[in-house]
Amino acid sequence: MNAARERLAEQGEWRRLPLIGDARLRWLMVIGAVLYLVLALSTISVNWDRVAEGMSRGLNFLAAFTQPDFISRRGDIVNGLLESLTMTLTSTVIGVALAIPVGLGAARNISPLPVYLLCRGIITVSRTFQEVIIAILFVVMFGFGPLAGMITLAFATIGFMAKLLAEDIEDLDWRQVEAVRATGASWLQTMNHAVQPQVMPRLIGLSMYRLDINFRESAVIGIVGAGGIGATLNTSISRYEYDTSAAILLIIIGIVLLSEYSSSHVRRWTQ
Amino acid sequence: MPVSTNEQGEPIWRLRTSRAQWLGYLAWLAGISLFLLCWKLISDNTMWVFVEDAGRQGSDLISRMLPPQWSYAHRLWQPMWDTLNIATLGTLLGIAMAFPVAFLAARNTSPHPLVRSAALVVIVSSRSINSLIWAMLLVTILGPGVLAGIIAIALRSIGFVGKLLYEAIEEIHPTPVEAINATGASRMQVMSYAVLPQVMPAFAGISVYRWDINIRESTVLGLVGAGGIGLQLNAAINSLAWNQVSVIFLMIFVTVLASEWVSARVRRAII
Amino acid sequence: MLTLRAVTKRYPTGDLALNDIHLSLPRGQVMALIGPSGAGKSTLIRCVNRLVEPSGGSIHLEDTELTGLSSGRLRQARRAMAMIFQEYALVDRLTVMENVLSGRLGYVGFWRSFLRRYPKTDVIEAFRLLERVGLGHALDKRADALSGGQRQRVGIARALLQDPRLLLVDEPTASLDPKTSRQIMRLIRELCAERDLAAIINIHDVNLARQFADRIVGLRGGEIVFDGKPGELNAEILTTIYGEEDWGNEEGEEEDADSAVQVTPAPALAMGGGR
Repeated sequence: MNAARERLAEQGEWRRLPLIGDARLRWLMVIGAVLYLVLALSTISVNWDRVAEGMSRGLNFLAAFTQPDFISRRGDIVNGLLESLTMTLTSTVIGVALAIPVGLGAARNISPLPVYLLCRGIITVSRTFQEVIIAILFVVMFGFGPLAGMITLAFATIGFMAKLLAEDIEDLDWRQVEAVRATGASWLQTMNHAVQPQVMPRLIGLSMYRLDINFRESAVIGIVGAGGIGATLNTSISRYEYDTSAAILLIIIGIVLLSEYSSSHVRRWTQ
Repeated sequence: MPVSTNEQGEPIWRLRTSRAQWLGYLAWLAGISLFLLCWKLISDNTMWVFVEDAGRQGSDLISRMLPPQWSYAHRLWQPMWDTLNIATLGTLLGIAMAFPVAFLAARNTSPHPLVRSAALVVIVSSRSINSLIWAMLLVTILGPGVLAGIIAIALRSIGFVGKLLYEAIEEIHPTPVEAINATGASRMQVMSYAVLPQVMPAFAGISVYRWDINIRESTVLGLVGAGGIGLQLNAAINSLAWNQVSVIFLMIFVTVLASEWVSARVRRAII
Repeated sequence: MLTLRAVTKRYPTGDLALNDIHLSLPRGQVMALIGPSGAGKSTLIRCVNRLVEPSGGSIHLEDTELTGLSSGRLRQARRAMAMIFQEYALVDRLTVMENVLSGRLGYVGFWRSFLRRYPKTDVIEAFRLLERVGLGHALDKRADALSGGQRQRVGIARALLQDPRLLLVDEPTASLDPKTSRQIMRLIRELCAERDLAAIINIHDVNLARQFADRIVGLRGGEIVFDGKPGELNAEILTTIYGEEDWGNEEGEEEDADSAVQVTPAPALAMGGGR
């Protein structure tokens, strides 16, 4: 084949090598993709009258960003924000604290099989369900309010942090662990002197990142009654008070920006 | 790590200097008080009567979820197909928009600092606002349905894909860019010959990763009317049909796990 | 054909990289540019094709004044001056043929190049050049699958496909072993002779410069301190370029090493030197 392509190139015939060598497979994939697109696009049904009617609302909404209204629902916004922020902080702290044992348990190289399976199970369940779904269950159990939200976010944090922590531990530098073990250190001492120093910087970085995610999520779990700014936002949107919604969205964007900026500083400081 | 000597002239070894130690203690103290303060705020807003009841509520919930009403499953195929379509089409639309934005936002490919700041604003706003919030807004504008869900997913994906992609663009090797420039290539040709081949694997990986996240996100969009399996979930919860809810949960669980597996496989194949 | 008048480059940091450079290069001449690291060699050749913008002075390539060109005109002018890089600067994820064909980017439109639909004559010439540098068999290999010497050959083929009148060569041998370095220098030398190309070659290795160049220019601290025939380069001049060092001794050692290398590939060498 190579020689044939060389001969063609000599005569000035050259085409890029196709990504998929087998021509039949290539066409099959193209046809499959087109077929899927046609099928998927056909499921979209648009009520154009409804869209035309909604367009004016859309324009109103965009216009609201030029004059956001922070004032008229000030009390609700401040309360919602305070709730969101407290939920974010407590859930991250509790979630990270609980993620450490789960993460240790889910690292195949340092924990026995039953513990490993249990911890992996917790991680999988926590990661699979969107925060809002978990929030629904916890609201049913714990009643409306920020406590349900906090537990939801803490649960989601466990799955996120424990998985990454376990991966970190699984590929940490094993020689250092052995060196500490060789001194006759106990299991806890080994963790403290050989494992912790290796995973700590990343753990801090990830916690900051998760803090950021938790804040953003705290803005939506209010929709199902788990407290926070989401409830205020939801109310304002359903009442078509777009200037208030715009104000809330701008505040969220501002806080996320701020946290991103400060977390990059914290990360630099801890490394 | 300072080593000082005591009165007897024996060396004393400490991990940190005492000033740094004091600062450390202070930071811990501040952190713990902040945490306690937040905890108090949450506890004030919580009806503890409900919380005491949580265990009973939880077991009650589980007993009502079991056994799942399997006959309900056949009514879920259509919504599940919608959910997959929302995630896939939304991802496609999102990456199509994120691609140019990332090139405008990367320091080394952006045509002008002002354009770069504008692109960064787009990325940050898109990242800060959860797809569920986008969906709420779009439902009031476009009316309920799959289309609102697709656009919500797309708008949220711009920020995620855009951020990771522009970071990848900023990390490319500069020498091939210089070399292609030296041949007299135009700006677009430099992009397509020197930049694009270098970021293509990262781009594909990021897109598949986002698709996997979007599957999870799109399972809840129905809660605000933006189509997919969330609509069924909402209906089942509102009618307290918990044995249907458990079927939906199982379905979501399997789908999300499958998509995660696919995405991990694809990403490993690319790298 | 290339004339530099009073070329100056000051970086935004305040460093004066080039100070009042006057230089002119006739057609077909191979000039080696030597000097210590940081002397401004790289800056000088990058000022010519304006990968680095000179801060003052004028540069003429034949009748075109380069420093004032608009970006569209600059693209056209760049086609006539091909560059060969130290780290080869190939695009790793593209195939050898794509890398070579990228030398035609200044001539073909965006869509043609994006879809890789190059004109037949370009493909024929690209393949001929690949054969010439001994890599015709590797056209579908990815660039990162090649060895250092092979990559530099691809880089040379790409440069020549531009159909240039001037070659700008930046440390072509810095990442290569001594034997490959010689082969690459010889190849550049031969190709310049075949096509009557002028070349500016930045090079660290004084002995390679002596052996393969018609003319040597020494640069120190952004100024030209020597300009003459390879034969005129002696210990005293090397001291003005590089600073105090026992040159006599090192030259002797190097020459011993040279003769050792020269013995084996003698026929090829005769070809290279026989201009």
